[in-house]
Amino acid sequence: MAAVEHSEIERVFRAEFGRAVAVLVRVFGDIDVAEDAVQEAFAVAAARWPSTGMPPSPAGWIITTARNRAIDRLRREASRDDRHAQALLVHARDEPAGEGAVRAGEGAVRDDRLRLIFTCCHPSLTPAAQVALTLRLLGGLTTPEIARAFLVAEPTMAQRIVRAKGKIRDARIPYRVPSEADLPVRVRAVLAVVYLIFNEGHSASSGERALREDLCAEAIRLGRLLAELMPDELEVIGLLALMLLTESRRRARTTPAGALVLLGDQDRGVWDPDLIAEGQALVRQCLRRAHPGPYQVPAAINAVHSDAATAPDTDWRQILALYDQLMGLAPSPVVALNRAVALAEVDGPEAALALVETLELGGYHVFHAVRADLLARAGRGTEAARAYEAAIALTENSRQRELLERRRGSLARG
Amino acid sequence: MKQYLLSIYQPDGDPPPPAVLDQIMSDLGALREELESAGAWVFGDGLHAASTATVVRLADGDVLTCDGPYVEGKEHLGGVQIIKAADLDEALVWAGKLTRASTLPVEVRPFQAEAGTAD
Repeated sequence: MAAVEHSEIERVFRAEFGRAVAVLVRVFGDIDVAEDAVQEAFAVAAARWPSTGMPPSPAGWIITTARNRAIDRLRREASRDDRHAQALLVHARDEPAGEGAVRAGEGAVRDDRLRLIFTCCHPSLTPAAQVALTLRLLGGLTTPEIARAFLVAEPTMAQRIVRAKGKIRDARIPYRVPSEADLPVRVRAVLAVVYLIFNEGHSASSGERALREDLCAEAIRLGRLLAELMPDELEVIGLLALMLLTESRRRARTTPAGALVLLGDQDRGVWDPDLIAEGQALVRQCLRRAHPGPYQVPAAINAVHSDAATAPDTDWRQILALYDQLMGLAPSPVVALNRAVALAEVDGPEAALALVETLELGGYHVFHAVRADLLARAGRGTEAARAYEAAIALTENSRQRELLERRRGSLARG
Repeated sequence: MKQYLLSIYQPDGDPPPPAVLDQIMSDLGALREELESAGAWVFGDGLHAASTATVVRLADGDVLTCDGPYVEGKEHLGGVQIIKAADLDEALVWAGKLTRASTLPVEVRPFQAEAGTAD
């Protein structure tokens, strides 16, 4: 058998960890038992596979090994009169698992992962706990990795995860797909968690850059999984498209030195054509079904941007029409602000300014930056400079502050 | 089966006008019947105003009695229901019905012990 590279085992770990944990949670009805057993199985794989080679079904091997290890452990504990272990063994006796189950019952395994996602994103958990659990149990990220990505002390993150697991156990948060009636609300909660993970990685406000890119990759992986598990939920498709199209511009968004580059100034040659093609195909799939939602419309707006070979080619009328639609679906001052940016391109900066001045977003740095930009374009330089000052004062992100200072500087020269 | 405590939180002060209150009482009565016929009802009742509460606590080994309620605030526990449910989602469905009937927020908390083994 061919030798197995460490990176190959790492790839299997990333791809299969969530699947294995999901199956084991169903088999044992206990998250900690499932997680420990899957960790142990991967440790065995890391020790064994480099010499034995990869088994024909790595996922099946991991699940079988994890199940056997867990049963061995629970038998030892049960023989010491551990009631909990005894109960878990009884639970496990009737549940199919292992390679056979993975091969024969792909449907059942698919349901397992969906169940686990709904458990992790249950509304009785705080959003921070939902995010941490989803990354931990479905993404296989370690607690230190999650802590570093979210700039939280490691013990704080560990405690957050332990508490969330404790709540799942004590309040008996179920491990199942919600009822038809609850599904729309619960799907929205899942999408919010995935988008939060993506934005945390995308915003690059601070933290280690590589870890943040991992978060984006993980959010997209989760998005793909959700799209595979719930192909009829258009908002799921919309979110995946939105993330792919945003991610396609990652390399253009910063200079090699790390400075931010605005959409209009980006080198479109380095946009990722594969991600754009995939995202646009998903947007078209949504458009055909004609049931727009608050993730599908921003995805469509991004698709319009991706269509333009150069910034001046952008179809702003189309973008404005999409923002009108978004205001109807999910009105908010921030959406109105973004709509004003599109309006400026169609009807000029004065029309947009009239709208921006009505928005109560004084504490939001982007509001002042947009206002400053519009004022500058309207030839009102002194007011623009003041607005840039306000934006700079409200920005905590050093990269964004640099960008705003550059823009204020070009104002003085212009 | 697990048992859950559903606590209804009520603003202090006058109750709603009779027309509104009558509707609430009749909705709560209907929900009680629904809980009982589903075999989910364990116990439930409304409480008198928080100003009727008395607090007893230990102070240096002595039992000290003083006027309640224990927690100062503009809202207090107005009533409780104890129910049996398979899991939290099932309990939340009942809590949703309770909040609709009472028009007040409801807190759902799990009890430590399982419901009797008879079910």
